[in-house]
Amino acid sequence: MQALFGQLLIGLINGAFYAMLSLGLAVIFGLLNIINFTHGAQYMMGAFCAWFLLNHGIGGVSLGYWPSLVIAPIAVGIFGIVIERTMLSRLYKLDHLYGLLLTFGLALVIQGLFRNEFGSSGMPYQMPSALTGGVNLGFMYLPIYRAWVIVASLVICLATWYVIERTKLGSYLRAATENPALVQAFGINVPRMVTLTFGFGVGLAALAGVMAAPIYQVNPLMGADLIIVVFAVVVIGGMGSILGAILTGFGLGIVEGLTKYFYPEASSTVIFVIMVIVLLVRPAGLFGKEK
Amino acid sequence: MAAIAEVAAVRAARRNGIVTGTVVMTVLLAIAPFIGLYPVFVMKGLCFALFACAFNLLLGFGGLLSFGHSMFLGTAGYITAFTAKEVGLDPALAILAGTAASAALGVIVGGLAIRRQGIYFAMITLAIAQMMYFFYLQMPFTHGEDGIQAVPRGRLFGVIDLTHPLAMYYTVLVIFVAAFVLIYRVIHSPFGQVLKAIRENEPRAISLGYDADRYKLLAFVLSATLSGLAGAVKAIVFQLAALTDVHWTMSGEVVLMTLLGGMGTIFGPVVGAFVIVTLENYLASLGEWVTVITGAIFVLCVLAFRRGIVGEIAAWWSAHRR
Amino acid sequence: MKGMKRSLLALAVAGALCVGTAQAQISGNVIKIGVLSDMSSLYTDLAGAGSVVAAKMAVEDSGIEKKGFKVEIVSADHQNKPDVGSSIARRWYDSEGVDVIVDVPNSGVALAVSGITKEKNKVFLASGPGTSDLTGKSCSPNTVHFTYDTWMLANGTGTAITKQGGSSWFFITADYAFGHALQRDTTAAVEKAGGKVVGSVNVPINTQDFSSFLLQAQSSKAKVIGLANAGGDTTNSIKQAAEFGIVKGGQELAGLLVFITDVHALGLQTAQGLTFTTTFYWDMNDQTRAFSKRFAPQDKGIHPTMVHAGVYASLLQYFKAVEALKNDTDGVKIVDKMKSMPTDDPLFGKGKIREDGRALHPAYLVKVKTPAESKAPWDYYKIVSTIPADEAFRPLKDGGCSLVK
Repeated sequence: MQALFGQLLIGLINGAFYAMLSLGLAVIFGLLNIINFTHGAQYMMGAFCAWFLLNHGIGGVSLGYWPSLVIAPIAVGIFGIVIERTMLSRLYKLDHLYGLLLTFGLALVIQGLFRNEFGSSGMPYQMPSALTGGVNLGFMYLPIYRAWVIVASLVICLATWYVIERTKLGSYLRAATENPALVQAFGINVPRMVTLTFGFGVGLAALAGVMAAPIYQVNPLMGADLIIVVFAVVVIGGMGSILGAILTGFGLGIVEGLTKYFYPEASSTVIFVIMVIVLLVRPAGLFGKEK
Repeated sequence: MAAIAEVAAVRAARRNGIVTGTVVMTVLLAIAPFIGLYPVFVMKGLCFALFACAFNLLLGFGGLLSFGHSMFLGTAGYITAFTAKEVGLDPALAILAGTAASAALGVIVGGLAIRRQGIYFAMITLAIAQMMYFFYLQMPFTHGEDGIQAVPRGRLFGVIDLTHPLAMYYTVLVIFVAAFVLIYRVIHSPFGQVLKAIRENEPRAISLGYDADRYKLLAFVLSATLSGLAGAVKAIVFQLAALTDVHWTMSGEVVLMTLLGGMGTIFGPVVGAFVIVTLENYLASLGEWVTVITGAIFVLCVLAFRRGIVGEIAAWWSAHRR
Repeated sequence: MKGMKRSLLALAVAGALCVGTAQAQISGNVIKIGVLSDMSSLYTDLAGAGSVVAAKMAVEDSGIEKKGFKVEIVSADHQNKPDVGSSIARRWYDSEGVDVIVDVPNSGVALAVSGITKEKNKVFLASGPGTSDLTGKSCSPNTVHFTYDTWMLANGTGTAITKQGGSSWFFITADYAFGHALQRDTTAAVEKAGGKVVGSVNVPINTQDFSSFLLQAQSSKAKVIGLANAGGDTTNSIKQAAEFGIVKGGQELAGLLVFITDVHALGLQTAQGLTFTTTFYWDMNDQTRAFSKRFAPQDKGIHPTMVHAGVYASLLQYFKAVEALKNDTDGVKIVDKMKSMPTDDPLFGKGKIREDGRALHPAYLVKVKTPAESKAPWDYYKIVSTIPADEAFRPLKDGGCSLVK
């Protein structure tokens, strides 16, 4: 029973990563109708950015974990904006399929370039000293860093949800997805808003990458397989549903954690089983609206 | 009247073009081993070309993007390899068994998936493919990541010795051309026309009295079967069946081949498949750059050549004839 | 634009012609070496481009070119796909005059290449793959297996650690044939040495998060946690074990397949104290140091792994055999000659190649240094004990190889 508690908690922590990643993907899909397959690569770029800041720094000054949490998402977000402006913006009028294929190709290019530069076994990234160590909860040993991940991601997820669903800015964003021409007529620069939204979604991926750097190996392929799982999370939650992505992220983390305990071999497959069932029963996902 | 006659003339010209193209392609492939092309390489190209053609039948003409087609390629490969090696079936029967297995899988997956559209269709096929990947990873008969190795090529119908490279080559060629002609016939049959109508406007096709789901299911099963045929032949040619054929990246690769060659064109997938296989073969010595180049081609296709190689050539051709 | 398309086409045609002429130049006078490796994913650092460097160095050091032989090296990326690997191997043998294929990290691809090599009667010098089947039930008269295999890793690490008091084991096993083979062989070694296995968990490959499994290992109270996995799975599990205080809590981590590039990727802070078996370490003696000093600048500063060393050593032996026979065409004859001459190279020392194709050389149980103990970059290992060549590998009779009478 105690072991089960531990597994549930671990599942929740992994869910925090899924939630953060799928949140970015859902924001991008909701507002741009683009399925961003580069998300995994951008997550990886976030982690590498943190590594780079620590080991090379800016102008010779090494920057640790905390500055990285701010700088890396902005840097990768700007990279995302460049991609949106130069490539993705040409595809908005076309089928979803093309956005998916373009970003799929970009992901291959980015991962390939990073691998050529940094090799395949990855780089070490030391945990910030303030977050090392752990507490014994009785049923398990909880590293402080993991506790931090869960808290931070909850705050980020809720803040994003609040901005999009409850503020004026969010209402413009949502309106722009329904009827861009009308919103434009009200004097709002829709293309710029879309660009910034994309940058924000990408930044979220990079942020998740920075948070992952101390616990997973910083490796050019760290996001390659993750993207498929995160994708499944978004689909199960309902494409474009912000709340759906967050709740499903945490929920599936827990389900996966339980699977790791009862039938570990299937832990990488269980999400897809759930996806098939959900899509058959609720075609638009758990929290999506049928169109 | 004149307009109708013109349309008919254009159609006839196109059909002639396709027939000529098919003949030229077949002749080129038939003499390929004698003009210095390496047969194993061409056979690999043919297997993937068939796979891409089958995929194109579903995407280009049915409008359904499956992101899990690797499961059909891989299933047939495993069943063929297993029946040829462990059961000792004649290669023809082994190929048949593999193809039948993929067809059966196609009925089940199609039955579940065609009820969904667009991105959801893609996702459901992806999810089922991931489950199949898990299944093959766990099953002892597949030998996990080592795959089923040293599959005997055997004697086709007990007569033709397939260990001889040219015998193998022409067997593959005959299978490919037969399947290619079949796909062409299907596309231009009344069934193919209805399929296109459903792709363009499903509610309208339904209101005209067509049972859209049945047509889509049939197209799906046909595509799965032919993908299976490609996988089955591939297993005999390479004498192995391995996990890479059921991995999701293989599903991505077939999309790339189809897109690169020209989605919804007859020859596009063939061209796309050969380009990709050539890249894989001849860029192999460039090592690390292969993925970067593949990715760059993807990006370039989507941004600049959305119609694909064959699609762009066809468009250029018809623009210049006027 | 049109002009450019045309010139591109011209370039493509020219390229195709070049390929044609290159093939035409090949004669029996040239020894052509094909380095088939993973150039783009998991095993790139531990083999990859470094294996090509090692092959070049073997050519230089053997002096074979001064003895009137021409040598040419080609390389390709098998992408860890058996079908890609086997079609490259076939093409090399059939139409590009390759005489010998070396390296091939990835057991699935290696088994396929071994089969093709036998069919074409060429030579396969396996340094990268781990499967002991290459010299067991899938053994071939055309294959020599250098460097390491699953049995040797499992036996070396399992026996040594159990004898040092690590009497109870828990396995975190990558859920594929390679992981299961490692677990099976280690279990046998542990039990033989008087220890017991208290549990295991099968983990899907390429899992990012090992915390669940580490918790299970922690609560098993086993003294040793055996990591029956490779590459990214190993580095991630070691990194997270440190995070969860596994080693501090008194349990020991035993890596079953760890390369120096993995240790480098982890950093000493995380990897310290890890115990495992290797057959080569660059800082063992003057000869290995000299080799590494030449090697590293040619491979992005990476110090040679045991796979690189195996590529080098196996080629030296191959050249000796070819030189003695003055023939590079009959694969079985060359391999027989390689087996009949003792091996002696600067990296592995003296040894021999057994009739099942297994190269015998000593293996070393090493422990990763603490950051304080490490004096220089890549100064990572302390050698705990040496396992002599005749004990390091699976006894000849146990392999089930058909070549053994």
